[in-house]
Amino acid sequence: MSLLDREMPDVVMTSDNLRTRKFPLVANLLVAVAALVVSAAVVLGTGIGNWVLVLVLGGVFYLAGLNFAAGRVEGKRAARNRMWQALIYTACLLAILPLASVVWTLISKGVARLDGDFFGSSMNNIGARDAGGGAYHAIIGTLEQVGIAALIAIPLGVLGAIYLVEYGRGKFAGTVRFFVDVMTGIPSIVAGLFVLSFWVLIVSPWFNDGQPQYSGFAASLALTVLMLPTIVRSTEEMLRLVPGPLREGSYALGVPQWKTILKVVLPTAAPGIVTGVMLAIARAAGETAPVLLVAGGLTRINFDPFDGGQASLALYVYQQAGDASKFAPDRAWTAALTLVAIVLILTIGAKLLARRNKLTR
Amino acid sequence: MGDIPSRSANATAGDLGVTSGHSSGAGSGASPSRYEEPPIGGGGAALPKKARFSMETGFRGISTAAGAMVLVIIIAIAVFLISKAIPALNENTVNFFTYNRWAPNADAPAFGIAVLALGTLLSSVIALVVAVPIALAIALFLTHYAPRRLATPLGFVIDLLAAVPSVVFGLWGRDVLQEPVRDFSVWLNHYFGWIPIFGGEGPFGQSIMLGGLVLAIMVLPIVTSLSREVFQQTPGMNEEAALALGATKWEMVRIAVLPYGKPGVIAAVMLGLGRALGETIALALTLGITWEISFNLIQTGGNSIAANIANSFGEANDTGRGALIASGLLLFAITLVVNMTARAIIYRRREFRDSAA
Repeated sequence: MSLLDREMPDVVMTSDNLRTRKFPLVANLLVAVAALVVSAAVVLGTGIGNWVLVLVLGGVFYLAGLNFAAGRVEGKRAARNRMWQALIYTACLLAILPLASVVWTLISKGVARLDGDFFGSSMNNIGARDAGGGAYHAIIGTLEQVGIAALIAIPLGVLGAIYLVEYGRGKFAGTVRFFVDVMTGIPSIVAGLFVLSFWVLIVSPWFNDGQPQYSGFAASLALTVLMLPTIVRSTEEMLRLVPGPLREGSYALGVPQWKTILKVVLPTAAPGIVTGVMLAIARAAGETAPVLLVAGGLTRINFDPFDGGQASLALYVYQQAGDASKFAPDRAWTAALTLVAIVLILTIGAKLLARRNKLTR
Repeated sequence: MGDIPSRSANATAGDLGVTSGHSSGAGSGASPSRYEEPPIGGGGAALPKKARFSMETGFRGISTAAGAMVLVIIIAIAVFLISKAIPALNENTVNFFTYNRWAPNADAPAFGIAVLALGTLLSSVIALVVAVPIALAIALFLTHYAPRRLATPLGFVIDLLAAVPSVVFGLWGRDVLQEPVRDFSVWLNHYFGWIPIFGGEGPFGQSIMLGGLVLAIMVLPIVTSLSREVFQQTPGMNEEAALALGATKWEMVRIAVLPYGKPGVIAAVMLGLGRALGETIALALTLGITWEISFNLIQTGGNSIAANIANSFGEANDTGRGALIASGLLLFAITLVVNMTARAIIYRRREFRDSAA
C-alpha cells in the first residue's frame, strides 16, 4: 500500500482513474512543431547552418521535449518508451533515404543513353571525344561469364549440399559446414587475386605459348568461388526442409538412397534451390573486382570466353566511371541502370518463386 | 556407417535460421517469431550393407568430393596467394608493415601497407558506427514495432538493398553523395576544426568519411537481416513475461529481446565488418587516393587495401602483382579471422539454444 499512498494519497479507485493517463496526439504534434520552431530560430538566428541542421537539431529538441512533456503526463517510463519508439522510426526513415536517392539517380541519369546504340555497339574505336559507344561487349561478357560460373557452381554446390544433409556425419561434415559459412565472407577481390595467381599466372601459360592470358573463363572461375558457398548454403537449407516421411516412404519401397535423393528429395526442394541459385547468380553478376583482375577488360566484342580478354557490365561501369571523357558518365550510369535492372529482376523473381515454395520453416 | 543413419544427429544441426541471412532471406519477416524445429531430414535407410561398389557408393563419393571442394578452395586460396606473395616480399627493400608508400614497380621495390591498413580500418569503423545502430533499429522495427503489412515490404526492400552491386553504390557515392558530404565536411571543419580528425585546410569531399558512409549503406542490409532473424527467435514466453510484469514495450525489448539476441548481434556486426574490410570498388571510386598517414576524416584522401589493389593493378609488373597479392593475402587472413569468429559465435549460440529448447 505504501506505493499507492505516496503517489495518490486520497484517491479512490474509480473506473475513471483506473486507466493511466495518455499523452494526447495533439500535444505530441505541438511538441514537434515547437521543437522545429525553436531549432529554426536557434540555427538561422545564429547562422550556424542550413535546413539540414534545423531538422537534426529539431529532432533532438523534439525527443527531449517529448521526454519531458510525456514524462509529466504519463510518467518517466512511458516517456522513455515513447522516445525510443520515435528513435526507431527515425532510423527506418534514415535508411530509406539513400535507397530512394540511388533509385532516383539511377533512373534520372541512366535514361540519357538508354538507346539502341548502347545495346548494339561496343567501345571499340570510341575515343575520348566520341559520343556514342555502347555496352554490347560488356553484356555479352557478363552473360557468358556468369553462365559458365553457374554451370560449374550449381552442380558442385547442390552436390555439396547433398553431402552435408544426406551423407555428412561427424567432424568432417561439421568442418565443411563451418567453412562454407566462412567462405561466404571472403572478399570478392581475394577471389580475383586467387584466380589471378592460380589460373592466369600459372595455368593459362600452358595453353598460350607461355604467356599469361586474361580471359572470360578466368572471371567465371572467380565468380564460381563467390557463388559456391551461397548455393551450398541455400540448397542445404532447402534440403533440410524436405519432410523425413517422404524419404522414409521411398526407403520403405526399397529405393536406394541415391535414387531417393535424386528422384524424391531434389524435386521436392527444387523451387527453393532455384531461388537460392538465382540469388547467387544475381550477386555474381554484380561483382566488379574479380573481373577487373582477371578478365582483362577488352573494349571490342569477344564472344570466346576462353581466348583473349572480355569485359563485363560491372567492370564497364567502373571503367566508364574512371574515364575522363565527358560522355563517359552517361555511359556509366546507363550501364549501372542496366546492371541493376538485371540483378533486381533476378532477385525479385527469386523472391516471388520463394513465396510459391510449399516447403516452409 | 551411413547406411543405417539414425538421423537424430540432424536434430542439433537442423536449425539454419540464424545463418541463412542475406543468402536466402526467403521468408522476409513472415516467419513465426518463436523458434520451431524444422522437420528433420531423412529417415532410416533400412537396406542391408553392401560391400561391393554400387551407384550408392559412387554417388556418395561424388557428393563427398563436392563437399570437400569448399575446403580445397579455401586451402588453395591460401597456398596460391602465399606462393605468389613470397617472391615479391623477398624483393621488398623496406618493411612491409610499417612503410607508407607503394612503389613495387621500381628497380628497388619498396612497398608497405601502413597507410592502406589505417584507411581500411578507419573506413570500416565509420561504416560500423553509422550502420549498426540504424540496422538494429530497423531490425527491431521489423520484428517488434511495425505492423505486418508494413514489415514485409520493408524487409523486402532491405533485402533488395543487399542485392545492389557495389560498383553502383560507388558511382552513386562519387557523383551524388559527395556534394552533401563536402558541405557537411566544410561545416564540421568550420565549427569542430579544433578536433584533429575534423581539422585540415581542405580540399574536402573524396574523404574517408565519404567512403565510410557509402560502406555503411552497404553493410546495413547484412547487419539488419541477421539481427532481424535473431530478434524474431526471442522466445515469446520471455516477451510475454516481461509485459506481464508491467514492462513498457521498450523495457520489454531491453530486458527480453536484446539480451537474448546479443551474441547474434555481435556476430552480425562482425559479418558486416568482414564485408566492410573487403569492399573494393565502392572505395576505389569514393576515396581520393593519398599516401599520407593521417587520421583526418574529412580531407580528400584515404586509401584502403582492397581499393589499392583495384587502382594499382593496371600498371603493375610482376613484382607489383606480387606486392598486391601480398596485401590481398593479409586481407584474406584478416577477413578469415573475423568471419570465423563471427560464425563460431553463431554456432555456439545455436548449441546453447538447442540444448535449452
